[in-house]
Amino acid sequence: MTTTAAHPAFTVGHRTVTRVAGPLLVVDGMDGVGYGELVEVETGDGPVREGQVLELDGSTAIVQVFGGTVGIGRRETSVLTRGRAARTGVGTDYFGRVLDGAGRPRDGGPQPVPDDYRHVNGLPLNPITRAHPDQFIETGVSAIDGLITLVRGQKLPIFSGAGLPANSLAARIAAQARVPGDDAEVVVVFAAMGVTRREAEFFRTEFLTGGAAARSVLLLNLADDPTIERLMTPRVALTMAEYLAFEQQRHVLVVMTDMTAYCEALREISAAREEMPGRRGYPGYMYTDLASLYERAGRVRGGTGSLTQLMILTMPDDDITHPIPDLTGYITEGQIVLSRELDRQGIEPPIDVLPSLSRLMNAGIGAGKTRDDHRGLADQLYACYARGREVRRLMSIVGESGLPVEDRRYLAFAAAFERTYLDQGPDRRTLAGTLEVGWQLLSPFPAAELKRVSAEQLARHHHEASATATDD
Amino acid sequence: MTTTDPASRESWSGNRRVATDSGRVVRISGPVVSATGLPHTRLFDVVRVGVEQLLGEVIKIDGDLVVTQVFENTTGLQVGEPVEATGEPLYAELGPGLLGAILDGTQRPLQNLSTDGALYIARGADPPRLDRDLRWDFRPAVDVGDRVGPGDLLGSVPEGRAIEHRILVPTGVSGVVTSVRPEPSTILDPVVDVDGHPVAMLRRWPLRRARPVANRLPLTVPLITGQRVLDLLFPVARGGSAIIPGGFGTGKTVLEQALAKFSTADIVVYVGCGERGNELTEVLEEFPELSDPRTGAPLMERTVLIANTSNMPVAAREASIYSGITIAEYYRDQGYDVAMMADSTSRWGEALREVSSRLEEMPAEDGYPAYLATRLAGFYERAGAVTCLGTPERTGAVTIVGAVSPAGGDFSEPITQNSLRLAGCFWALDTALSRQRHFPAVNWLRSFSQYGLDEWFDREIGSDWSPLRRWASAALQDEGALQEVVSLLGVEALAAEQRITLRIGQALREDLLQQSSFDDLDASCPPQRLLAMLRVIHETGAAMRSAHQRGVAITAITSAAVLTELGRMRRWPPDHVDDSATRLIQRIAEEMSSL
Repeated sequence: MTTTAAHPAFTVGHRTVTRVAGPLLVVDGMDGVGYGELVEVETGDGPVREGQVLELDGSTAIVQVFGGTVGIGRRETSVLTRGRAARTGVGTDYFGRVLDGAGRPRDGGPQPVPDDYRHVNGLPLNPITRAHPDQFIETGVSAIDGLITLVRGQKLPIFSGAGLPANSLAARIAAQARVPGDDAEVVVVFAAMGVTRREAEFFRTEFLTGGAAARSVLLLNLADDPTIERLMTPRVALTMAEYLAFEQQRHVLVVMTDMTAYCEALREISAAREEMPGRRGYPGYMYTDLASLYERAGRVRGGTGSLTQLMILTMPDDDITHPIPDLTGYITEGQIVLSRELDRQGIEPPIDVLPSLSRLMNAGIGAGKTRDDHRGLADQLYACYARGREVRRLMSIVGESGLPVEDRRYLAFAAAFERTYLDQGPDRRTLAGTLEVGWQLLSPFPAAELKRVSAEQLARHHHEASATATDD
Repeated sequence: MTTTDPASRESWSGNRRVATDSGRVVRISGPVVSATGLPHTRLFDVVRVGVEQLLGEVIKIDGDLVVTQVFENTTGLQVGEPVEATGEPLYAELGPGLLGAILDGTQRPLQNLSTDGALYIARGADPPRLDRDLRWDFRPAVDVGDRVGPGDLLGSVPEGRAIEHRILVPTGVSGVVTSVRPEPSTILDPVVDVDGHPVAMLRRWPLRRARPVANRLPLTVPLITGQRVLDLLFPVARGGSAIIPGGFGTGKTVLEQALAKFSTADIVVYVGCGERGNELTEVLEEFPELSDPRTGAPLMERTVLIANTSNMPVAAREASIYSGITIAEYYRDQGYDVAMMADSTSRWGEALREVSSRLEEMPAEDGYPAYLATRLAGFYERAGAVTCLGTPERTGAVTIVGAVSPAGGDFSEPITQNSLRLAGCFWALDTALSRQRHFPAVNWLRSFSQYGLDEWFDREIGSDWSPLRRWASAALQDEGALQEVVSLLGVEALAAEQRITLRIGQALREDLLQQSSFDDLDASCPPQRLLAMLRVIHETGAAMRSAHQRGVAITAITSAAVLTELGRMRRWPPDHVDDSATRLIQRIAEEMSSL
């Protein structure tokens, strides 16, 4: 991408700010400025702030200012243009560093030496250069490995609620993720948007202590940092990640939290621009905007690297139909949904597998990849658990004594499934271990009831418990 | 847009002006760019924006101000950059070479958008829409001295193994054939002269204009989809239209892809409109491996893929639907049955909304522009079964299947509601069903089909089709009502007769309506097999009732071991379906009478 008229060395100052509204400036006399270009805002005192051109109308530009608009007035403020779009440095020198939301060091260390610079908005991957993701990632979490399998190059969000342990689940996946039979280490680029200091400290300890530091970058945009910088944070993170994945051929896991804070920043800018609001005040282009982030996951033909995304979003009031989870779900390849009810029972991690889904699971599992019985077993566990939950609901109406024997078996299964399969505490389970626990849970059922697994797989793995053990 | 041969252009207004205006950019807001100095420009004319010559289209004229939507990313564009008008609307290029192509929303071949092995889509690329160098073996169907008019068959070229690409006389051309060149030709080489004017194979047609037909036909023949729930309960007619609304994770894309693979169309145009890149890759990797169920040729050879993923420019997403339907109509005019899949029309509607909001137009419901319904109608009404223009007499059809992604899974939103008025079939996908892993998650109580196709099925498949269809539909209704009672009072509260209804409903749901697209044998089901399966379930009901009348305990009837055999029907070997059905009916009758 080349900008057209202005020269990088050619810096022009404009001193005609006519309006300041929230994070936006309206600047006159901005001839020769490109759409989306990066500008610098100087106030005489205080640090130089960066901004981006959002709209051009004749010689008037609307500029969004990263770093807030406090102290900016109509006089004493000048806007410098340099004729380039927003860029970030990329490279391996960023490992072990804590950066701010726009990619500048915030750990007091020296400026990293980038391998190169890249435009933060990136370009869309050509669909024909993509390779279909089909490599299984073992996360060590049974619910995910067994039922919502993650593959390299996938984008899978965690739908969380306020107070649910999504961050620790993400950290755990980042720490444990590996591909069986492949020693290539996973590199983590972490983008935190609008997080509290306490959360920031958690991530810092989690990612930048011990061996993980050599393969992690942490971008932190705190809750009290300028909102607008939040729009930059995931773009900088993904630009760094794309470089590592598609040029350095590394396996990159990008963890982004919290997409809800990001979307709120988007809404704030949209409102400041007096745009027509869409659902719940979010702008009509939110789908496109989110897609421009999420679609940067993937693998490419002829490359060995991959870019996998795990993004966390907090569903306002646990509402899955809220625009943020809704639009996200339409773009991502499935979702992991956390349950408040399971969390209250102390189940760790509290993943509700029924509304959860991995759309790429089929491509990553089966003979030669995981195990031939993986699909059937997953379907069977899912079906039994779904029935068990349905019976549990029914029980609240008719009472346990009103249930037939078969139904009580499903009821017991649902409880056991939550206690042993889902609730694994801090332990890491291998895939073989996960499958083993699954088959054990099915042992109370007679073979005839297990229709989702083949007869041959039943013969190999199913050890039916004696009938007396289950009937009372 | 480089051809200079006048007769090879399918004209649309007759008085094309080649004179171009040259203006300047005055305002930039995302994909919406305004310019002045273009006094001769008309609505929907194509413009070239900026020094990079980005492709754009005029969407509003306000005094001096010409507002355009640009089909590429506008980052870096400056006020004052030149804007050139071409004096023409956006065209599709039509001719041999479309089948198997993978195109973006403005019909640019994706292969040619990433040069030198680049991974990303570069800006400003303007490759020819169709290959100019490839030679096609032209086989004439006319002789010197024949009198021809618009739509008449001039000849054909084989396009892939199964499809004969028919070259027709362009609209606006008629006269006497003065020369015929039966030789390998590129799409720009003249193959026939009419009154001394050379006619090549390349045609151009403005995207937003429906192609003409001789007349429209009533819709009496179904498009067999291979999906039992659709073919039995909610069949779509050839030339009809259907919508598939569903929240995320309900299987819209899997169903659209199954239709693209297995439906009995001659040609499939698949438009991935604002959807996932990885899903498209799956199609790209899978389709060349699969073969057309009817001709045995690779599936790609009957398919045109249009891919504008969600991160590609929003205005091109809006155009992708029109590129798709224009290509579909072009093959229809050759006398083919074409199915067009659009996944998802909601993303198209959102693109309209985004552009409208940047134009600061007064929004109607949910921020969508007030003309949403008009635009949707303009698209869905391009479906149809027709008698084509010209000789020899032939019929063709375009069937549209549009996926809809309603916000929050709520069908009351504007795109679903407006599409509902236009489409003849409503295939409602249900989140509750998909959570039970009941796929395809088509809700049989909410969906409908307005096409009266019973007569065709009774005639072509079996005379008991429509009575059995009505029986199945009623049985599912009854079961739904009984389920509500069960969820309140438990199954014990039902009379024996009702428990048989419940069990038959279960068999219909689990053993007939459910279908696995991941199972090779079950992924597609021909109507003959569907009818055989339906007969078995119907007879099973009768056997259960007669056992009950003889006084057998109801639990023994509803839990009879033989009922699990119903689940194996979907895996019957294709050659012996009727035998298998007869044997199973017999066996069930015997076992029920021995209880």
